[in-house]
Amino acid sequence: MIPIWYYAGRKLSSELKSRQVPLLALAAAFSFVIMMFNLPIPGGSTGHAVGAGIIGIVLGPWAAVIAITVALVLQALMFGDGGITAIAANCFNMAVVMPFVAYYVYRTLSGGTEITSSRRVIAAAIAGYIALTIAAGLTGFEFGIQPLLHQDASGMPLYMPYGLSIAVPAMLIEHAFGFSILEGLITALIFAYIQRTDTSILYGERSPSKKKKSKMTAPA
Amino acid sequence: MDKTVRNFAIGLVVLIILAPLGLLAVGETFGEWSNEEIEEKLGFVPPGLEQLSSTWSAPLPDYAFPGGENSDSMTLSAAAYILSAVIGVIVCGGLLYFVGKRVAKD
Repeated sequence: MIPIWYYAGRKLSSELKSRQVPLLALAAAFSFVIMMFNLPIPGGSTGHAVGAGIIGIVLGPWAAVIAITVALVLQALMFGDGGITAIAANCFNMAVVMPFVAYYVYRTLSGGTEITSSRRVIAAAIAGYIALTIAAGLTGFEFGIQPLLHQDASGMPLYMPYGLSIAVPAMLIEHAFGFSILEGLITALIFAYIQRTDTSILYGERSPSKKKKSKMTAPA
Repeated sequence: MDKTVRNFAIGLVVLIILAPLGLLAVGETFGEWSNEEIEEKLGFVPPGLEQLSSTWSAPLPDYAFPGGENSDSMTLSAAAYILSAVIGVIVCGGLLYFVGKRVAKD
């Protein structure tokens, strides 16, 4: 994770514009709060969305790495959520894989459509959904290899007791049928809101929004 | 731009107020069990976990006031949860805002 953070930091400090700073700050705060919304699912487990989908799309994946990392590190240090020893893994799954998957899925599905087209809202929804599902599957995989990597001489698991056959389906199913749907909805809702108000804040969309400025001030 | 940011901030405040809804969910996230929960599930605590669990003690574990983790008072837990959200927003937002302003161009 350290080289990724280093590169993301370098990239951010060379590209960050002063007017994007409030958004970056809001993004980290938003991610922190949205992860507090635990949803119950059948089976007595809970989980949450991350918000990394929309952050990746709006701020670009590299800025999202920084914003979500800050939220995750604070959770672990201050609130004992996620865990100190799991910071790197959590950040990789939620602060790196998620925004990148979301951003590129969104880009691919949007194709060359207008920035205000409804196809982009659907693209954002699918991007959020796929991003969290992949991150969850990956997390399940990381859980699942723990008993293989770390066990004592008698075969007793040192950390994670459940193997791949339990951890991967558990993480995938509860996200694919629950939390990822929420992530997709959040991504689409916020994206649609940005479409109606100010598309110039979207990553990589600075120039075309200029000429629509007059149109954008009308609603809201 | 400023208006959008302001509206996002308002949305965030609404989310903070609604945050205690997240307390209603019973149970623990997969893989985030406490040592007690693991013991209940398996009958033992994996030794590595037991060792690591003392690496760090968070000042506000589980978004609750010290000693209030198992409190039955919903109002108290909700207040602690909202306070945690406020702290989270101020620290995350504040940190990135000031660092961001320092490194930002133009």
